[in-house]
Amino acid sequence: MAQLSTFAASRPEEILLPARPWFVLMTLFLGLLGNLPPVSGVVLALKPDFLALALLYWCIREPRLIGVGFAWCLGLLMDVADATVFGQHALAYAVLAYAAEYFRRRVLRFPLWQQAVQVAVLLLFCAGLVLLVRVVGGAPLPRWTYAVGPLVGAFLWPVVTVLLQWPQRPRRSQREH
Amino acid sequence: MRHISVEPPPFFHRGPSPLARLAFFSLLSLALLFADTRYRYLENIRQAVVTALYPLQRVLQLPGEGLAYVATYFSSQRALAVDNTELKGRLLADAPSLQGYRSLEQENARLRALLSVEARFRGAATAAEVLYSGRDPFTQKLFIDKGESAGVQPGQAVIDETGVVGQVTRAFPYMAEVTLVTDKDHAVPVKVERSGVRSVMYGAGSGRLPELRFLSPNAEIQPGDRLVTSGIDGTYPAGLAVAQVVSVERETGQMFARVTCRPLAGVEKSPHVLVLGQAAAARPRPEEPAESDAPRKGRGKRRG
Repeated sequence: MAQLSTFAASRPEEILLPARPWFVLMTLFLGLLGNLPPVSGVVLALKPDFLALALLYWCIREPRLIGVGFAWCLGLLMDVADATVFGQHALAYAVLAYAAEYFRRRVLRFPLWQQAVQVAVLLLFCAGLVLLVRVVGGAPLPRWTYAVGPLVGAFLWPVVTVLLQWPQRPRRSQREH
Repeated sequence: MRHISVEPPPFFHRGPSPLARLAFFSLLSLALLFADTRYRYLENIRQAVVTALYPLQRVLQLPGEGLAYVATYFSSQRALAVDNTELKGRLLADAPSLQGYRSLEQENARLRALLSVEARFRGAATAAEVLYSGRDPFTQKLFIDKGESAGVQPGQAVIDETGVVGQVTRAFPYMAEVTLVTDKDHAVPVKVERSGVRSVMYGAGSGRLPELRFLSPNAEIQPGDRLVTSGIDGTYPAGLAVAQVVSVERETGQMFARVTCRPLAGVEKSPHVLVLGQAAAARPRPEEPAESDAPRKGRGKRRG
């Protein structure tokens, strides 16, 4: 039991410590930073939306800390940082937060890699919403590589879960009591 | 103190339901979207925020720039020598046409004076480095490292060594946004160099070739023709190379020919560009008839 590998998600019987609000804010800020570096070409096609990923995690795990309103504000920040159309990410993130709150109990019942499949659907939906807003606004359809970013994001879901959960895992000394 | 994330019983007050909140924020987003695309009055906010984010973006770029710098530092003597020889050769090859250009220009000026046509504009140009291409997958934009502080203004034409790259659409204090000729909302007035047929080249978005619209099927144009700016828009100076015609489809029964063309400039590749000086101020638009309900012009991006 003590030889449990540290790089794994929490087991159901493990009771997690409460999430610290500053840690939640910090990870969301890091997600925003992760979206900022200007990249192009293949890297751009592969780059997932880190902010959406972090947001989805906290909406699923801590719905009472991070909800629709907070997601909307973050989306607005993302829109501003992107210097594109105001409101597109705000709308997409608000819907993502709502979907996360709606599906969270179902998502959490599954093992990590099955969660990733459901996360892929949510992230694709979020990207599809941005696509819809832009196409209605007159933008041309992007290439199919547009869908690669969300899928990469879903692949990262287990890693994100383990990393973000790590500070909440009970300490070893407490576990051996 | 909260130890376990459990749902509280429904009788605890938790504010409006998630669905109500979603509806509220969705409506707010839609209002913002509408306001931004229709009236563009959020431009000032965007300007301020982009300026505030500039240092942060530069810091995030540093690792990549550092790597590139180290790579340049270690580029071999031999490669530099080869480059140098090649550039000198090119300079020599261009010398005759450059020397001829001087006298042609004078001749042209005299002829224009004789015909009492307005003199062609010749302004200063600013060299700039491409910082990065835009992240937005729906538009074709790039950002250059010269902005308002270097005199860059929206509307200036941007070229590289082979042709037109695009046009400055937003100038921030230390950088500027260039909309590429391949962007869907971008149009360049061009003429066919060989025959002088005038048209407008419309971008078509990422991965698609720009096209000339509304050319009659019998227009004097064929694959391989070079398109140069016609200069009638007051934005692009006349005579800059823009694109080469790739295909011309003339179908009987169609009102217009389908002409696609490939930009000559390394539109999405060139690392250095030249921002041309502001073109001569365009003449004011003639008064439109009061009762006309002509469709609204696009986003004010196209001038003339």
